[in-house]
Amino acid sequence: MKKTIFSITAVAISTTMLISCGGAKKGGDSGGALSGKNAEKVYVAPGEYDEFYAFISGGFSGQLSVYGLPSGRLFKVIPVFSQDAEKAYGYNEETKPMLNTSYGFIPWDDAHHPDLSQTKGVIDGRWCFINGNNTPRIARIDLKTFETTEIIEIPNCAGNHSSSYVTDNTEYVIAGTRFSVPVPQKDMPISEYKGNFKGMLSFLKVDQETGEMDLSFQIMMPGFDYDKAHPGRGKSHGWFFFTTYNSEEAASLLEVNASQNDKDFIAAVNWKKAEEYIKEGKFKTMPAKYAHNIYDEGTQMATSTMEKDVKVLDPAECPGLVYFLPTPKSPHGCDVDPTGEYIVGSGKLSANVTAHSFTKMLDAIKNEKFSGEAYGIPIINFEDVLGGTVVQPGLGPLHTEFDNNGYGYTTFFISSEVVKWKVGTWEVVDRKPTYYSPGHLMIPGGNSQKPWGKYLLAMNKITKDRYLPTGPELCQSAQLYDITGEKMELLSDFPTIGEPHYAAGCPAELIQPNQQKIYKLEDNKHPYAAKSEKESRVERNGKDVHIYLTTIRSHFAPDNIEGVKVGDKVYFHVTNLEQDYDVPHGFAMIGANNSELLIMPGQTETLVWEPKQVGVWPFYCTDFCSALHQEMQGYIRVSPAGSSTALSWSLDGE
Amino acid sequence: MRTISSIVAVALVATIVGCGSGETREAPPGTKPESMLKKEEPAGKDLGIGPVKKVDIPETIDEALAAKGKETFEAKCTACHKIGKRFVGPDLTGVVNRREPEWIMNMILNPEVMVKDNETAKALLAEYMSPMANQNLTEEEARSVLEYFRTLK
Repeated sequence: MKKTIFSITAVAISTTMLISCGGAKKGGDSGGALSGKNAEKVYVAPGEYDEFYAFISGGFSGQLSVYGLPSGRLFKVIPVFSQDAEKAYGYNEETKPMLNTSYGFIPWDDAHHPDLSQTKGVIDGRWCFINGNNTPRIARIDLKTFETTEIIEIPNCAGNHSSSYVTDNTEYVIAGTRFSVPVPQKDMPISEYKGNFKGMLSFLKVDQETGEMDLSFQIMMPGFDYDKAHPGRGKSHGWFFFTTYNSEEAASLLEVNASQNDKDFIAAVNWKKAEEYIKEGKFKTMPAKYAHNIYDEGTQMATSTMEKDVKVLDPAECPGLVYFLPTPKSPHGCDVDPTGEYIVGSGKLSANVTAHSFTKMLDAIKNEKFSGEAYGIPIINFEDVLGGTVVQPGLGPLHTEFDNNGYGYTTFFISSEVVKWKVGTWEVVDRKPTYYSPGHLMIPGGNSQKPWGKYLLAMNKITKDRYLPTGPELCQSAQLYDITGEKMELLSDFPTIGEPHYAAGCPAELIQPNQQKIYKLEDNKHPYAAKSEKESRVERNGKDVHIYLTTIRSHFAPDNIEGVKVGDKVYFHVTNLEQDYDVPHGFAMIGANNSELLIMPGQTETLVWEPKQVGVWPFYCTDFCSALHQEMQGYIRVSPAGSSTALSWSLDGE
Repeated sequence: MRTISSIVAVALVATIVGCGSGETREAPPGTKPESMLKKEEPAGKDLGIGPVKKVDIPETIDEALAAKGKETFEAKCTACHKIGKRFVGPDLTGVVNRREPEWIMNMILNPEVMVKDNETAKALLAEYMSPMANQNLTEEEARSVLEYFRTLK
């Protein structure tokens, strides 16, 4: 004990002496992050609120997580593409249709790029969109309720990666394909990829009132890999830009064979022109089977509709629709600065970050400064579209976002750092290490006309020695930097769920005032709702038994049920009668091959149970609701198949 | 603190019972045990805490308003209150004779603060253990429920 104290003192004294003698610090991060000033910057006092919401995708978890910044506290994991037994998402009868696709029910996806709705190029806090990468889908999350309310499947697409970015006024949400495939699908040799496989870019129109998406049209592109995308904004509004790699059109050993060309392309798509061509009828209608799933807040149920066809434009037949901007080399990030002038391509295999100029692009198109064409799409001369180059800022540039002072910030995967550079002069002004291997980064509003700046969040792919170990797999992490000064300052890092692939953020004040606190019982249009204990009952319809159950602190009505038989299919329709903020009730049934239910105030949810054993079986509330939560339980008597036990139900003998 | 003292009280009672003369006194069937908490009579009128400071009560019952109140009560309150018997919450028969109209409305509209800071409501929570739920009634709805309570003699 004595020894310990002595050694700590010794260390403290020697360290202090070193620092005060101007001794250089090793490592570069711990001193900054541990300093009291930085701790204060991320400290949100008990009862206080965070300044920003951060929506961080869960990558291979299929979900979307909600964090507060600067604290890095996790508030919610919103189930989107994966079933969630905690919230019964994809387990209860109401939400099962949300996960329906043309391949049937799919309980998982790879959730990549959340993007927030915008008005006039400014984030407005209405909806968050996110793409499912594996079975191509786009989901919409309503930010009044923080629930997934719509999922639309994308046909003719594979690896839905250059998604789900929104235009300046949320006119469109974009979904581009990373893997090209035969369109329409057919049985053919893989070796005949070149020239025969196609890459689809999909434009989903958004209803400004409801947010509902509609697959308006697709553009059939050459068989490259369409990696990332961003809309033009401000002066370049009406255009959309997509990075491509594998312009070699390789179908095997892509890490070598798709890295042959010095330059790939950024595809510039004029979507206003596309709208004209659609109006003129220049499209082909292709048969396409894809699911469109919508959750109705009135009936509190999701429905899945199978759509049948889609309008497709061929750029070779639509002059002025698409141009290719040569971009070194296998670019990933495709980022447009707040003014809309510069389109920044981060070449994964390039030493430089390339910025194309929108003004120069228009001039090159007007004066036909083309170096050739690919599949009928003009290729603009590289020098005639190049706006500037950030020279050798680091290794493996991936993604750029912008602050409100004219700077760009780019992640470098290989050299594990974030680099700050000036838009227009292209000079590097600062660099800071990340721990380790960042993919994407996020600045609140950093991909819109109005970045709020202040913070930068880098999302890392590798953790290694940074956290207490948890077996072979460590959680991935996000790191928060203060970007208010000339030099970036690392403030903190915090664990994330799944793979924190990408994020979107905005001030809390855009979302907080619009929060729905309860679902009004009088607005509950669920066909199986019981809106008061008087309406609670049990009905039999052949082998189907419908139990209309109500919950309130702290009892079920009814809580004694008899007349259920082995072989029945029992539907628990549970209505939460509470009308108070933050008082959900849970429902769990012994032996149900299913999840629990978690029912919000004023909501109805349905769990199916198929009793297999004779006996008297309990159910109970799982979400601690009051001092008498332990008493919130009930019994169901299960009689043998064919028994004559009458259907009966009661609460407190009534 | 109050909780602790009541626990001590209960413990004492248990001890007394434990040292009893062997004579068992059973409550007659059907009666509920009395609360061991003293019902303190508040000095002056106890109007409760909340948005309602003064309610004008007409001489005669407004039947239309009471009917509306009955409807609201049955939709939002009957999961915990039954008329004519103690249920999860108290029997509300004659509640207008026990409490001020302002207290009743504040208990409906502001139950979280009431059970925390109003002595009468605190005692009720200690007795019933289930918190009075905030069912998000409007002030008009609470007023109509109060009128309905006036019909429960």
